Amino acid sequence: MLGLIDYFEPVTDNIGLFADAFLVTLEICLYGATGSLLLGTLIAACRVSPLPPLQRVGSAWVTVFRNCPLTIVLFFCAFGLPEIGINAPFFWFGIIGLVLYTSAFACEAVRSGINSVSAGQAEAARAVGLTFIQSLGTVVLPQAMRTVVPPLGSVIIAMIKNSAIVGAVGVGGDLFSTYGTLVSARGLPIIPVLLGVAAGYLLITIPGGILLGVLERRVAVAR
Amino acid sequence: MSNPVLYDNPGPRTRRRVMIGSVVAGVLLLGVLALVLVRLGEEGQFSGERWGPLVNLYYPKFAALWTGLGVALWNNIVAAVLAMTLSLTIGTALALTRITSARWYRWAVVSVIELFRGLPVVIAIFFAYRVLPEVGIELPKLWYLVIGLTAYNCVIIAEIVRSGVASLPRGQAEAGAAIGLTRGQSLRLVQLPQAFRVMLPALISQLVVIFKDTSLGFIILYPESVRFVRLAIEELDNPLQLFFALAVIFIVINYLLSRLAVYVERRLSRAGTVGPRPGAGTLDTGQPLAGTSTTGG
Repeated sequence: MLGLIDYFEPVTDNIGLFADAFLVTLEICLYGATGSLLLGTLIAACRVSPLPPLQRVGSAWVTVFRNCPLTIVLFFCAFGLPEIGINAPFFWFGIIGLVLYTSAFACEAVRSGINSVSAGQAEAARAVGLTFIQSLGTVVLPQAMRTVVPPLGSVIIAMIKNSAIVGAVGVGGDLFSTYGTLVSARGLPIIPVLLGVAAGYLLITIPGGILLGVLERRVAVAR
Repeated sequence: MSNPVLYDNPGPRTRRRVMIGSVVAGVLLLGVLALVLVRLGEEGQFSGERWGPLVNLYYPKFAALWTGLGVALWNNIVAAVLAMTLSLTIGTALALTRITSARWYRWAVVSVIELFRGLPVVIAIFFAYRVLPEVGIELPKLWYLVIGLTAYNCVIIAEIVRSGVASLPRGQAEAGAAIGLTRGQSLRLVQLPQAFRVMLPALISQLVVIFKDTSLGFIILYPESVRFVRLAIEELDNPLQLFFALAVIFIVINYLLSRLAVYVERRLSRAGTVGPRPGAGTLDTGQPLAGTSTTGG
């Protein structure tokens, strides 16, 4: 038992560093989730809107960002955004890339939720004279949100895992970068540090999955 | 594409408004696009110097660049195919273990699956790359990538297989039992062959995910396309152009694969096989766009 504690000394000795890195990862995930939910809903609205140009942009957006590896999206942001005059710390480029990528998946989750609302609801909304935006905003989307919770939750959990890629591409200070700080720079043993990093992610994803399961049962409605 | 359930069929006035709205939206979007392009132009991003190696056949580095990119992409494909095959084998085995095993043991299998599902794929790849040599397993880099990808994807495929088998009507397993097949025989001869047909679209989507994730090989210095592009940038100094070209290649390949998944899905649902069907009487906003997995991971 004592041996095991000794083995994880590289982690326990640097628990402060791990905690800070954990918070940075949490911060990336928080910004990323908020951004991609908002952007994803907006793009889903574009995709179901009556305006053809918006529909086209919506589907092009989804096709591009769903089929392009996150790595390339991130590099593109890092190299491209400064060229069009957007200068920010790399941290923000990482979040922007993560949001662009995840928004495409969030959009499809929301749209599939819209699909699941029964047609009578939308017809009723139209029958009482609501406009497209009113019927979408007050009738369809609120109901869609319930069915959307499980797939959207999976999208967010996948995004949390993808935040490690943001770290790997070079955002400093997050959980994945802890490895570089401790192993490459300070020469601590690899395996315990990597296990510590992995545990950090599991600490977010596993409770997230359980929470999602609870939410799923709570919002599940028979249709 | 349109979904008239959400709004009335347009009359003359609405049609006019939709027309005006479309023009305004279109002009705005084109305006933004133009702004971005002008900015890029001002920065010299459209210069022949930057695009030459990619598009000009007579540019000195043209042949070397595309040959190198082709070889690197081939490395992505090799890794993806190997990882897919391994994940499929191990994933199916995991799913079958989970279905057939005793309760206490099933609990262990489920824990492993859940644990691996919660880990980022980068960590899995990195783990294989750094930890296997530590314990004395020296392999070419390709295999570290393949092992990392397999560790991450086999549990996802196990879930796909499990839900595929679970989606079959109970009568299938009962019929197998009725003619005296053992549990394993009935799975192998009756349930799995049907389940695989239901799962095929999901499996193709997973292949797309794996193919995208092979681009993470650059982290362990596996000579795949992102790493190649990063090296090429140092020489050619045109990151945007090279990453643009690589993005287009990935998008085209994955788009075609996803089209295949959609096509297979339609064919299967026409053939009248078992499996979930779209609910009747719900809002239909058109076919899902050909894309990859629904979660992005």
